[in-house]
Amino acid sequence: MVNTAAKVKVDPRDAKLSMAHFFVAFGALALGGLMGLLQTLVRSGKFELPWGIGYYQILTAHGVLMGLVLTTFFIMGFQYAAVSRTAGTHSPAARRTGWIGFWLMTAGTLMSGTMILLNEASVLYTFYAPLKAHWIFYLGLTFVVVGSWVDGAAQIMTYAKWRKNNPGKPSPLLSFMAVINTVMWIVATLGVAATVLFQLLPWSLGLVDTVDVLISRTLFWYFGHPLVYFWLLPAYMCWYAIIPKIIGGKIFSDSLARLSFILFLLFSIPVGFHHQLTEPGIDPAWKFIQVILTFMVIIPSLMTAFSLFATFERYGRSKGATGLFGWFKVLPWNDARFTVPFIGMASFIPAGAGGIINASNQMDQVVHNTIWVTGHFHLTAATSVVLTFFGISYWLVPHLTGRKLTKAMNKLGIIQAWVWFIGMAFMSGAMHFQGLLGGPRRSAFSTYGDSKQALEWIPYQIAQAVGGTILFLGIILVLVIFINLAFFAPKGEEEFPVGEAENLQEKAPMVFENWKLWLGITAALILFAYTIPFIDIIQNAPPGSKGFKTW
Amino acid sequence: MHMHKFEKIWLTFGIGCLVVFLTVVGVSAFYLGNKPASCLTTINPEKVDTTKPFDKPGLHKVEGKEWDYELVFVASAFSYNPAKVEVPLGAKVKVIATTKDVVHGFEMAGTNINMMLEPGYVSEYTTTFDKAGEFLVVCNEYCGTGHHLMFSKIEVVK
Amino acid sequence: MAKAELKTKHQTEIEDSSSLKGTLASVFILGLFIIVSWVSVYYLFVDRF
Repeated sequence: MVNTAAKVKVDPRDAKLSMAHFFVAFGALALGGLMGLLQTLVRSGKFELPWGIGYYQILTAHGVLMGLVLTTFFIMGFQYAAVSRTAGTHSPAARRTGWIGFWLMTAGTLMSGTMILLNEASVLYTFYAPLKAHWIFYLGLTFVVVGSWVDGAAQIMTYAKWRKNNPGKPSPLLSFMAVINTVMWIVATLGVAATVLFQLLPWSLGLVDTVDVLISRTLFWYFGHPLVYFWLLPAYMCWYAIIPKIIGGKIFSDSLARLSFILFLLFSIPVGFHHQLTEPGIDPAWKFIQVILTFMVIIPSLMTAFSLFATFERYGRSKGATGLFGWFKVLPWNDARFTVPFIGMASFIPAGAGGIINASNQMDQVVHNTIWVTGHFHLTAATSVVLTFFGISYWLVPHLTGRKLTKAMNKLGIIQAWVWFIGMAFMSGAMHFQGLLGGPRRSAFSTYGDSKQALEWIPYQIAQAVGGTILFLGIILVLVIFINLAFFAPKGEEEFPVGEAENLQEKAPMVFENWKLWLGITAALILFAYTIPFIDIIQNAPPGSKGFKTW
Repeated sequence: MHMHKFEKIWLTFGIGCLVVFLTVVGVSAFYLGNKPASCLTTINPEKVDTTKPFDKPGLHKVEGKEWDYELVFVASAFSYNPAKVEVPLGAKVKVIATTKDVVHGFEMAGTNINMMLEPGYVSEYTTTFDKAGEFLVVCNEYCGTGHHLMFSKIEVVK
Repeated sequence: MAKAELKTKHQTEIEDSSSLKGTLASVFILGLFIIVSWVSVYYLFVDRF
């Protein structure tokens, strides 16, 4: 019994692959963060980019590096390690598969990145047709997506092996969650793969002259919303299954955690129209049906909020806390592994509230494509998710490299999170308010012919530059910690915390592992939400669009 | 699978709220006519200038329709036609817009007129201009280097 | 049998001793925040043309 948990280590060979992912992820963070800083400075109106670098070029780089590279690489690296830790060391075949996936993704990133640097692909990370980027940009994206499938297959292989060796038993919670997220990702990326392979690549290569814009956008958003859940679910994995162990408490309910993940699988995908609410060519009734489905995906988050508070309260009360909120004070606030993700969780409250507003059908007209939306996903992705990722890396990186998170680094981690929080409060807060006044997103500094309305936006843009500068400081801090933990921290053993359920007698129902059932329902919901609108879009299609290079 | 009593209370309350939100927007959209812009009309994006009503951008008084005016906009990188227009206060206006090239946004800042313009499609939104003042129309979807220079102005006059 | 009974009793105890009052209060504060934000933006929507 002595320290068995602490001795369960991710196999060094698996650790190496996870770390490879993290190097790319944090490299993307460094570059993407610099781009973000430059954008906020430009938009404040006080600064211009040197050497003829375009605002939209760095905006594309920021979006691709942060939204696609940092997230996908970190998630795949984390899940690969989590499966190895909970379902057992990956087999050589699975590990080889993982490496192939990693290199495919890296090659794709380099291809797309080069095209962005050459200003051949300033189409932003959403690459809406008929803006036409260089074909190598699209091919690079294909490599990233296909690579992530191969990478994810490694996790599925090891999960399947565990299931085969443990018939009739529910799989380890973290492995189950990782596989749910990977499966959701594979189903979701089919959409973006379809538009890139069948529409954008042939079109950019000159094999076809025109592209159907609405089909391309619809396929993109079929992928685009589950994409944000693909970012969020690894954070939820940490909140549900790892944080309880870190604070010394228990997982409130293993079964409910699994149930919420299944609900995410079912309802994350058939909801893409809520990003297209103000678009022509889509029937308003179908938009509203997908709005209803979007609201379904809020339910697992409501469940998550309850579970997390309950874990904290149970732990606090076991420590003798009294009163309605006494438990809050006894949480381990001096532990970066807890405090950093906690700030992320707290940020999800305004983030989630904003998300409900965005999805509320015609209310989207108030905020659609305003900088409110940018503020929104800088709370969800760039605070809740990333701070949790930072919190994970503070124990996972030393665990994988055989080092220790020192007191000094722990303290720096907590400072980093507060710096991030303050920076984001300025930046995202100002973005939300400017958005409500109508300020557009994705735009360089402009007074729009000295319009009175646009002049009122400038103070908010200055606040965003202040926030962006503070956030950049936060990025420097996190890079210092990452490099320390990867190369310089003292040798030792850092625990990979895995939570235990409060009630061990309650076995998770085996129906949760019935993939035929859940994939069947997922497919049925997708077909329900998309078949008729898709037929409409194809049947009523206007003449296609030729490509434009307007940058 | 066991669920704590308080969690049941919370989920009932939470789901109840979501149902109320959906009912409010649903009734507002489908009974009061406040649907987001979802026009299904298509157009040849290369023949916009010769297709009605886009051959004559600007404000036009109309008779015998549910609205008093039609306000026609043509967007292209990086401008709107018309670049400035006056609308009488209190007029019920159908805004009709399309794009000749890439995807653009059409957002009249500080109002609910906020719609995507996509090549091949016509976007429409009908509303009563009941506040006076100068309103900025901005392109809120990235369209190229001059994206932030693309705007128009609508003055609602007494 | 005796063991099983003990277990059930123990479980009821857990549930009673930590009734999760604080959790319920916390989630309702969260719910209130969601409602206030949503209603504010809905008001903006109704107020604007």
